[in-house]
Amino acid sequence: MALPAAKQGALEGRLATLSLPEAGAWGTEARRDALGRLEAMGLPGRRDEYWRFTDPGLLNAAEPAAAAAFENDEAPLFSAVDRLKLVFVDGVFAPEKSDDIALEGLEIERLSESMSRDIHWVREVYGVLEAGAHSPVPRPHAALNTAFASDGICIRATGRVSKPVSLVYLHEDAGSDAILHHVIRVEPGAEMTLLENGPAAARFNKCLEVDVADTGRFNHVRAQGRDHERVAVTHVFAQLGAESTFKSFTMTVNGVMTRNEAVIDLTGPDATAHIAGACLGDGAKAAFHHDDTVFVRHRAENCESRQVFKKVLRNGATGVFQGKILVDQGAQKTDGYQISQSLLLDGDSQFLAKPELEIYADDVKCSHGSTSGAIDETGLFYLRSRGIPEGEATDLMVIAFLAEAIDEIEDRVLAEDVIERLKGWLARRRRS
Amino acid sequence: MLEIRNLHVKLEEEDKQILKGVDLTIEPGTVHAIMGPNGSGKSTLSYVLSGRDGYEVTEGSASLEEQDLLSMEPEERAAAGLFLAFQYPVEIPGVGNMTFLRTAVNAQRVARGQDEMSAADFLKLVREKAKDLKIDADMLKRPVNVGFSGGEKKRNEILQMAMLEPKMCILDETDSGLDVDAMKLVSDGVNALRDAGRSFLVITHYQRLLDHIRPDIVHIMANGRIIRTGGPDLALEVETNGYGDLLAEVG
Repeated sequence: MALPAAKQGALEGRLATLSLPEAGAWGTEARRDALGRLEAMGLPGRRDEYWRFTDPGLLNAAEPAAAAAFENDEAPLFSAVDRLKLVFVDGVFAPEKSDDIALEGLEIERLSESMSRDIHWVREVYGVLEAGAHSPVPRPHAALNTAFASDGICIRATGRVSKPVSLVYLHEDAGSDAILHHVIRVEPGAEMTLLENGPAAARFNKCLEVDVADTGRFNHVRAQGRDHERVAVTHVFAQLGAESTFKSFTMTVNGVMTRNEAVIDLTGPDATAHIAGACLGDGAKAAFHHDDTVFVRHRAENCESRQVFKKVLRNGATGVFQGKILVDQGAQKTDGYQISQSLLLDGDSQFLAKPELEIYADDVKCSHGSTSGAIDETGLFYLRSRGIPEGEATDLMVIAFLAEAIDEIEDRVLAEDVIERLKGWLARRRRS
Repeated sequence: MLEIRNLHVKLEEEDKQILKGVDLTIEPGTVHAIMGPNGSGKSTLSYVLSGRDGYEVTEGSASLEEQDLLSMEPEERAAAGLFLAFQYPVEIPGVGNMTFLRTAVNAQRVARGQDEMSAADFLKLVREKAKDLKIDADMLKRPVNVGFSGGEKKRNEILQMAMLEPKMCILDETDSGLDVDAMKLVSDGVNALRDAGRSFLVITHYQRLLDHIRPDIVHIMANGRIIRTGGPDLALEVETNGYGDLLAEVG
């Protein structure tokens, strides 16, 4: 079916600046297929379901809007963590800044290498999870990513990995437009942690496909960069086997436009998926728009899923949460939980939420809640009555509000790192 | 220490006068008790002195060591030496008790122009004070008042008082929700803090708390005023006869 003229025009505009990267063997085909998917669905528009609250204009534009790199003298997040560090600068892997790509329990290589070999496990995942995730709604920027990703890391965890793999995304060029695609497979009984932090580029499109086999465990903690004008669209596609565990946490501070989508497919029984986000949005220096769009599908019995999203918004910041739990007919004993909350620190900011449940099984426990509110005055007074000045007391209440989301980080060292960082940023903001 | 003159207070949101001319002078080193029936304005007095929103002072004054309390922010009043032990201590999920205590101690030190206390010194001090109040390490680690029993919450209030070393302590119905043992523990904590430079205002319904924290002066409050002031015997009189006779006396 042909696209409407406006959509066709937008797509042609976007594609004009892109070309399919050389990718030997199966890679070329995977990319062409993805381009085909993109051409069939077109780029998103404001009238599309799931794009009513977020304007995709900055994502659709042929060229990225300029974004200055955030200047600061802080040690980046996770600096103190023992990790395997892999650095990307404006979306290009920088081996000279990275550790050696080797870690016991992992097979790890760049996407271009994986694609150049005919027989490779990555072939079963790259673009495959993405291709299966366009229902109930299309995700065109993910298809665009699969087609045009210029770099990425492929990781296969075969055992318990001793330390996290940490992807660090540096942003130097104010006009950079980066498309990264990572593929991960966690084999049965294996466990790994992936860390991501940094803005990556002026405009960043990132896909992460994660295939967790039966009894595998995958942990993910990321912090999106603090560059005020940066634009990002990210997708996490996860497929979970029986008795597997997937935990993902994202912290977002600043960014003129961020759309984080997650599609989680619980395909085997007794699997667990937790996905959480903590967001601190301030529209004072630049606009702030942050959108979490999450789709969790229970296909098998006795699985547990949790979505915990918290946003603190001020000075005209906008937060969006669209979260859906779909429980298939056979997915009895499902335990689904979804909470999305915003703390509005003034009357100018807004939170738009669209929580959804769609349940076809008759023996399930599913709950969802969404709230939007001002700061708890009683708590604030209690802190102030102990001598804590209003600004500092407000910051404490903000951290307290975000705590339920941050608590989803299993590793306490990483959680503390995130909390300390938030405290520092809040204090700095107060002083400036 | 504390000087309250002709204090009139109404609710900000509605046209309801709560305090109708309270006069009270508390000398350094003394313990005053305020007793009175429900709705007499006891808790309002404690909130107005500590600076809670929602009240409007329509007349009168309140000062702490000659500083005008009513023009100060709540945190300034705290730094000046005022402390309110809450009737219902507030739960603050996500903020660790230890973090809260340390932030408060250091904020007050900074406000008074002192250096912040080092982490090691603070830890040593808090452990020492917590031990006296039978507050274990777990209670210090947990979020402020979350999941604490009634007795634990009140002990936690006294721990904050011990750490902050205020000059003027207001205890708002600290005995409510306490069993006999907990009351003893809390009272011991308060008594340990009594000294010549520190004053207390103990708000309570019942005389039994005053068996443990012996007041120098007892006031009876009713209908927004202090209607009677006397020695410790006045509390016993209330315990025996109730408030009825006293209220009848003042019409």
